[in-house]
Amino acid sequence: MGGPAVKIQVKVNGTAHTSDVEPRLLLVHYLRDVLNLTGTHVGCDTSQCGACTIIVNGRSTKACNLFAVQADGADIMTIEGLAKDGQLHPIQEGFWEKHGLQCGFCTPGMIMTAYQLLQRNKKPSESEIRHFLEGNLCRCTGYHNIVKAIQYAAEKMA
Amino acid sequence: MAQPKLFGASIKRREDPRMITGRGAYTDDLKLPGQTHAAFVRSPHAHARVRRVDLSRAKATPGVVAAYTGKDLAAAGVGPLPCGWLLPDLKIPEYRGIATDKVNFVGHAVAVVIGETAYAARDGADQVVVDYDVLPAVVDGEKAVQPGAPQIHDNAPDNVAFRWNIGDQAKTDAAIKGAHRVIKQRLINHRLIPNAIEPRASAATYNAGTGDLTCWVTSQNPHVHRLLMAAFVLGMPEHKVRVISGDVGGGFGSKIFLYPEEVAVSWASKQLGRPVKWTAERRESFMTDAHGRDHITDAELAVDKDGKMVALRVRTNANLGAYLSTFAPLIPTFLYGPLLSGAYKIPEIYCEVIGSLSNTTPVDAYRGAGRPEATYLLERMCDLTAKAIGMDPAEFRRKNLVPAAEFPYQTPVAFLYDSGNYEPALDRALQMVDYRKLRADQEAGRKQGKYIGVGFATYIEACGPAPSAVAGALGAQAGLWESAQVRVHPTGKVTVFTGSHTHGQGHETTFAQLAADELQVPFEDVEIVHGDTGAIPFGMGSYGSRSAAVGGSAIYSAVEKIREKGKKIAAHLLEASENDIDYVDGKFQVKGSPSRNKGFGEVALMAYLAHNLPKGLEPGLEATSFWDPSNFVFPFGTHIAVVEVSPESGKVKILRYVAVDDVGNVINPMIVYGMVHGGIAQGAAQALWEFAAYDSNGQLQSGSMMDYALPKADDLVSYETDRTVTPSPVNPMGIKGAGETGTIASTAAVANAVMDALAPLGISHLDMPLTPARIWAAIQAKKH
Repeated sequence: MGGPAVKIQVKVNGTAHTSDVEPRLLLVHYLRDVLNLTGTHVGCDTSQCGACTIIVNGRSTKACNLFAVQADGADIMTIEGLAKDGQLHPIQEGFWEKHGLQCGFCTPGMIMTAYQLLQRNKKPSESEIRHFLEGNLCRCTGYHNIVKAIQYAAEKMA
Repeated sequence: MAQPKLFGASIKRREDPRMITGRGAYTDDLKLPGQTHAAFVRSPHAHARVRRVDLSRAKATPGVVAAYTGKDLAAAGVGPLPCGWLLPDLKIPEYRGIATDKVNFVGHAVAVVIGETAYAARDGADQVVVDYDVLPAVVDGEKAVQPGAPQIHDNAPDNVAFRWNIGDQAKTDAAIKGAHRVIKQRLINHRLIPNAIEPRASAATYNAGTGDLTCWVTSQNPHVHRLLMAAFVLGMPEHKVRVISGDVGGGFGSKIFLYPEEVAVSWASKQLGRPVKWTAERRESFMTDAHGRDHITDAELAVDKDGKMVALRVRTNANLGAYLSTFAPLIPTFLYGPLLSGAYKIPEIYCEVIGSLSNTTPVDAYRGAGRPEATYLLERMCDLTAKAIGMDPAEFRRKNLVPAAEFPYQTPVAFLYDSGNYEPALDRALQMVDYRKLRADQEAGRKQGKYIGVGFATYIEACGPAPSAVAGALGAQAGLWESAQVRVHPTGKVTVFTGSHTHGQGHETTFAQLAADELQVPFEDVEIVHGDTGAIPFGMGSYGSRSAAVGGSAIYSAVEKIREKGKKIAAHLLEASENDIDYVDGKFQVKGSPSRNKGFGEVALMAYLAHNLPKGLEPGLEATSFWDPSNFVFPFGTHIAVVEVSPESGKVKILRYVAVDDVGNVINPMIVYGMVHGGIAQGAAQALWEFAAYDSNGQLQSGSMMDYALPKADDLVSYETDRTVTPSPVNPMGIKGAGETGTIASTAAVANAVMDALAPLGISHLDMPLTPARIWAAIQAKKH
């Protein structure tokens, strides 16, 4: 059962939100169902697939692995917040240019993970990219073009 | 000026901007006013009688709106799920999506609870009390058909759903008897779980005022879903049901079929007068998405003294699971037996299949569907045979390939191959891996304890199903044509309604390329609409790599009709004969005097103004076509995997993967290669990692992504791809099909590579998945 609602304050993609949430509400459901940010997807419930990856206080995080109450006070970025002023982020551009997506379901999580990677490592090698994606599953691309997309972004951001 | 040809160009996908910015619209993203949520209670037992389902505590749970048992649905007239492919003497067990009396696999639903939120529905589901009488279960397909096995369904004695065969048994037996060498092998093609990253979902809303039901389903074929659900299960008029499948996050076959959940949410929404939505948790996907493969086969390949194949004999037990999923009987029969000739000239082939029932999740089409099973078998047998007769596996294949001069080629197992030229693909792949050097390196490596293996698959595939009359004669309960409607608006903009469905294939881009080219209008002026039975005349959907070959041909044909009508209007306006009008660069012009012309937009406008049309011509400019192909199309190619096996750990590392495919003419090479990549990953994963593991009680042990080894980026390599081009004569664009080739070839190529690596250790065959544990144990066994 749910338990009494708890007030939380979060900043998501630059906008402050105050909400009363059940303590058991997962952060990913808070984003999707309460804030209507449906770009963050749920693929597995067990933190393997990474479709729900977002950035919480600067760190890539699987949003199915946190309760919304644990994000109280957090600064969050989701896929919807990545493009600025209608300008695609170079990673988004890379995924488009290099055909890094097919069904698109894993894509938001892939992009957010790539965002974290390129913050930490400006010039990742192919094997570093592949290794960093270990928490994100894609069933369509065989990863080939996802790697190319991230390489494209890395060059563009250099 | 003529616009550059779009057909053949790697144009960036127009689907992508919404998907890379989080603005895709998947079924679980829906939020309907007053929406409730469904949660299913599922059997933890593989085989049990359901004595009692007590919903009282569930109904009393805060936030629960309603709860229903299988008997509630049955009493209200909800029917069992139908089987859409009938074979002679097929035994069809009655499949109650929510069980009434008996559960037959782990995950079989026994109740559905509707809540104000998904959390409340789950709370309620946890309060449902079910009393089961647990029965002995049978999991293995071969054991299921043995005398004394637990009987699952009264109407299927010995758990046999069908016995089926193809080919000439007597001639095959005789050819094998008289052959120079016969290589025998038992091959297990293990069960897989599809795992599209988007879990299945459905939502429904019923308008009691109009009697209309609108249902959103993660479907590869929304019209088929509507037909089956309306006419066979819910008993609703088909025209009062609308099925919408917008953005769908991958299918791989698993989203073709009608499942219990969309039926339950549709029915419940009508009962409650409120929308009901359900989205599978991943553990539900594992338990309830139709599984793939699961064959046990005894194969014998006979060759003459020159290494020419003379006969192939195959006996397969195909485990179909507890019920016959929508197209289950088709997959291990007509999509399997006729593929056993592969790329080779084999004078005699005989194949018999037992379709067995077991206490496991139903099995149906999974990427490749029958064709990977046939290809794995044939390609493993090629390698085993080449090794046995001391011939290089590439040369053995070359010797037996169907020669280019013999197309169209009639196999002994029903198929007439449309076109082919197999050797150039083999040559190109050998060149790409630098085969001689590779073998030399392998030899040198072995001397240093380095175990490198090279594996081939010179495959064919049959896709773009199918001539409807042929499919009907073989048991299909549906036609296999495709429809397209092309609507030219008064401004000359174009909407194409296609019965094909995209769930990653990029139709919004490729079909726009096709239509814009043929209409000679800008790419941006063409919109592609799919996935909505309310908008599209009818559609058979996407599976069997059929969208471009069949759905694309329907578009092509509808566009031709538009051009013909446009010609009539232009001829009238130009006071010329219709026969004197050419359509060039988006203009209808008089032959020999191109300055006398009418633009496409002018003609479109006049079609709607109708102020000055030829006598008797209807206003408007739109056309519908139903394209029924005359044959399957037969892509082919050569894939080569290079692997290294660690003798210490048994771990396999893929070093290189080369794929040369021939899928005929290609609309968008970037998209085709993308599908090939994904297919390679899925097929390689079967060879090395993925495995649906059940224990002997029917518990699914690999029931989550923690237990089922989906491939990660780090497990795979960048693939080296190329194409040869042999157009198909079956459709006007010469297209074959590209969606499944990777999966069909790569399982065999990777498995062959691993076995090639292990050959010096005296290991000739291991069944997949070729996990470190399995390989290590085999190496140890040889040592002791």
